[in-house]
Amino acid sequence: MRVTVRLFARLRDIAGASELARDLAPGATIGTVWQQLAGEYPALAAYERSISSAVNADYARMDHVLRDGDEVAFLPPVSGG
Amino acid sequence: MTPLLAIGPAPLELERIAAALDASAGPNGGAAGAVVTFLGLVRNHNLGQRVRYLEYEAYEPLALKAFERIGAEIQERWPDVGLALHHRVGRLEIGEASIAIATRSPHRANAYAASRYAIERVKQIAPIWKREFFDGGDMWIEGATADPDDARARAEAERIACA
Repeated sequence: MRVTVRLFARLRDIAGASELARDLAPGATIGTVWQQLAGEYPALAAYERSISSAVNADYARMDHVLRDGDEVAFLPPVSGG
Repeated sequence: MTPLLAIGPAPLELERIAAALDASAGPNGGAAGAVVTFLGLVRNHNLGQRVRYLEYEAYEPLALKAFERIGAEIQERWPDVGLALHHRVGRLEIGEASIAIATRSPHRANAYAASRYAIERVKQIAPIWKREFFDGGDMWIEGATADPDDARARAEAERIACA
C-alpha cells in the first residue's frame, strides 16, 4: 500500500520536502513510517519524543494502523498564536 | 459571509470577525452583555533579538478542527459564550495581527475567561508554526507538543483563564 507523508516546519526543512510518498507493508502503523523516515533523515530522530502525528487531518497515535491512500502528518511542537 | 473559525493568508479584520459573531447569535443577540476581542501581534523582538518579520505555517485542515475543538471545550466550560477565532499564515510584518479572537457572552467575566482560554489552547494544540527572521538568520519556534487529549494541558489553560 502507499501513503502520503506530510512534514511541517523544521521537519520539512530537514527532509527537504513537504510531501513524500511511501510504500508500506500491510499492518504498518504511523510509527513504522516515522522509523523509516528517521532512518533516511537522521536529524529527524531528535524529534521522536516531541512530535505529534495525524492521519487524514485528525490527530492519531503512533500505533494507529494505516490504510492504502492515507495521508500521514508529522508535527513538531507547535507555536501558533 | 465571514466564518466564525478560519485560517488563511488574508489580513485579519477584527470588526468583521466580531460582526460575524454578533450575526451568529441570531434572534437571541440581545442577550449579550459583553464582547471581548483579542489581537495577537508580531512583536519586534524575542529572546533579546530584533525580529524583522515572521512566517506562519499551518496544517490548515487540522488547525480548523483544533479551533472547532477549542470552541466545543468553551461551550462545555462556559455554555453562554460564543467564539470567533481567525489565524493568519504566511509572511507577517512587525505590528501585524497573527490571531484575532472574539468572545461574546451575557456577562463580561465569562467572555474574558473564554478569550484567554482560547489563546492558551491555540498555543497548545493548533498545528501552526512560527518562523522568526532576525538579523543574520532565522529560526523555527517550537513550543508545546500538541496533544488535544492531554487533560493536564487543558486544565492548565483553564487555570490561566480563570486566574
